[in-house]
Amino acid sequence: MERLKLVLQYFQSNSESISNGICIILALVSVKLYTSFDFNCPCLPQYNKLYSLGIMIVPPIILFFLGVLVNRHTGVMMDEWMRPIGNRSKNPAVVKYLFSAMLQRALLAPMVWLLVTLLDGKIFICAFSVSVDPTLFSGFPNSTDLDVIKIMAKVPCKEDVIFNNTSFHKAVSRYIRCYSQAVGWSILFFLIVLGAMARLIKPCFDDHATFLQTRYWSNYLDLEQKLFDETCILHARDFARKCVVQFFEDMREDTILCLPHPPFITNFGEEWEDEEEERLHGITKQEQMDQLLNKWYYSKPELNVTRIAHRPRMCVTWKDCKGKTLYSDV
Amino acid sequence: MDKFRLMFQFLQSNQESFMNGICGIMALASAQMYASFEFSCPCIPEYNYSYGIGLLVVPPIWFFMLGFVLNNNVSVLAEEWKRPTGGRRKDPSVLRYMFCSITQRSLIAPAVWVSVTLMDGKSFLCAFSISLDIERFGNSSLIKGLSETDKMKLLAKIPCEKLFDNKQIREAATKYITCISQACGWIFLLMMTFIAFLIRAIRPCFTQAAFLKTKYWSHYIDIERKLFDETCKEHAKSFAKVCIHQYFENISGEMQHFHQHHSKDDSDNEDENRKSDEEKLLGIRAQDDMNKVLWNWHTCKPALALKKDE
Repeated sequence: MERLKLVLQYFQSNSESISNGICIILALVSVKLYTSFDFNCPCLPQYNKLYSLGIMIVPPIILFFLGVLVNRHTGVMMDEWMRPIGNRSKNPAVVKYLFSAMLQRALLAPMVWLLVTLLDGKIFICAFSVSVDPTLFSGFPNSTDLDVIKIMAKVPCKEDVIFNNTSFHKAVSRYIRCYSQAVGWSILFFLIVLGAMARLIKPCFDDHATFLQTRYWSNYLDLEQKLFDETCILHARDFARKCVVQFFEDMREDTILCLPHPPFITNFGEEWEDEEEERLHGITKQEQMDQLLNKWYYSKPELNVTRIAHRPRMCVTWKDCKGKTLYSDV
Repeated sequence: MDKFRLMFQFLQSNQESFMNGICGIMALASAQMYASFEFSCPCIPEYNYSYGIGLLVVPPIWFFMLGFVLNNNVSVLAEEWKRPTGGRRKDPSVLRYMFCSITQRSLIAPAVWVSVTLMDGKSFLCAFSISLDIERFGNSSLIKGLSETDKMKLLAKIPCEKLFDNKQIREAATKYITCISQACGWIFLLMMTFIAFLIRAIRPCFTQAAFLKTKYWSHYIDIERKLFDETCKEHAKSFAKVCIHQYFENISGEMQHFHQHHSKDDSDNEDENRKSDEEKLLGIRAQDDMNKVLWNWHTCKPALALKKDE
C-alpha cells in the first residue's frame, strides 16, 4: 500500500512538474532567442512600424504554438474532448480545467518575450521614432536635404552618418525607451496583480469540492493514458517473444525422435543441458536453421500466438546399438 | 509492479529518447555549423544568386538525408516494405506511420538551418543585391551614366564590405535586405510551427482509433525484430556449447576405450574424483589426447547436427 502511494505520488508530481519545467525552459529559450536575434531596424519610414510590430507579434505566436505542442495536457484534453461517449460519461469541467491549465502554461513564454522587448526598448524606438516631435530636442541635423520624416526614421540607426556631430538621436532614443520601459513595467505589474487577485478571490467563487474532483479526474486521465501506452509496449514485447518462439518450434521436424544411444553417459550438468535444450527450441541442424532464417524473411508467420499454449511436447525414444528400445517418452 | 515500471522506462527511453536525442543533437550541430561557416559572397553578378540560394537550400537537403541515415527505423521500414507477404498481410497504414515519424524527425535540423540562415540575412543579401533599386537609398549619382552590365557589377559588390566604397548606401541596402530576410525567416518559422501544431493538436480529432492501432503495430515490428536477433544469438550460443560438448564426449569416448586396457588399476581412484575432475576434463587427461582433440577440431570439424552418430 505504501509503495503504491509512493509510486502514485511520483507519477502525479512527475507529470505536473515536468510540464512546469518545460514551460520554464521555453521561457528561457524565448529570452535567449531575443538576445541572440540580430534586431535590424530598416530605418525607412514606410517599413519601420511594420518590422517592429512584426517582431513584437510573430515570435509570441510561434512560442504560443510551441507551448501548446510540447504540453502533454494538450493530447489528453483533445482525446477526452473528441472521444465517443462509450461507457464513460463525459465531464465538461475536466476538459475546461485541462484547457485552462494548458493555456496558462503556453502563455508564459509569449509574455516573457513581450516583456523583454518592452524593457529593452529597441523595438519601440524603431516603431515610434517617426511619431516623436523633433522640436522637443536640440541638435536636429539640418544640414542634409532629407525631409523630417526620413530623418526621424533614421534615429534607430545610430551609426548613420547624419548623426555624427550631434546627440539628437540619443536623446530621442532615451525618450522613447522611457516610454517603452514604463509600458513594460505596467504590464508586468498588472499581470502580477491579476494573478494575485485570481488566487485570493477564486476560493470565494469557486466550489472547492468540485475543483478537487475536477483536478483528480484530470490527473487520472493523464495517468491512464500513460499506463495504457506502457501496457501496450509490454504486451507487444511478450507477443513478439511468443511469436518468435512459436516460429522456431514450428520448424521442428518430428515430435518423436529415434536416436542411437551414445556409448557412455556422463553426469555432467543435467540442469544445464535442459536449459540449453529449451533455448534450442528443437532446431538442431544447420539445414533447419537455414530454412528457418529463409522462411522468416519470405513467409513471416501470422500474428496469432494461441497455438503456443497448446503446443505438443517433444517425445524422445532411446534405442541401443542393436535397435532395441531402451526407454521412450511415447 | 516496480520492475515492470523500470523495464518499460528502459524500453521506452532507449528507443524514443535516443531518437529524440539524436534529433536534438543534429539541430544543435546545424546551428553551430552555420555559426562556424565562413560565408564569403563571390560578389560577381553571375555567381551571387547561385551561391546565396545554394547555401540556403543545399545544406538542409544534406541534413535531411543525414537524418534518414542516422535513424535506425529506416531499415525496419525498408524491410517491412519489401518483405513477401507470407503468412502475415501487410498494413500500409503502419508503413505510412513509420515513414511519417522518420520524416518528422529528419525535418528538424534542416528547418533550423533555414531559419538561422534567414535570420542572419547574409545569404539573401548575397543573392538579391543585384536586384536592388538603388535610388531609394540615397543619391543616385553612383549609377548615373553606367551601362547595364557595369551597374550589375557595382550592385553585385554590395555584400563585400571591402569592395564597395559608399558606406552609406551599402549599410542602407544591407539593412533593407536583412529586414526582408528576417521577415521571411519569421514567416517560415510561423508556418512550420503552425503545421506542427495542426498535426499534433488537431489530428486526434480525426483518426484516433486507427492511430492507436498503427502505433502499436509499428512498435511491435521493431520489438519483434530485436527479439528475433536475440533468440538467434541465444540459440547459436547453446548450439555451439552442445556441439563442442558432444565433440569432446565423442573424442573422450574413443580415448577411454583405449586407456581402459592399459590402466585398469587407476580406475578405482578415479571414481572418487570423477565428479570434479571428470566434469572439467571431459575425459581428456594426456597431452597426446589433447593434441589429437585440437588437431581434429581443425581438420575434421563435426557436422552441424546434434543427433549422435557413430
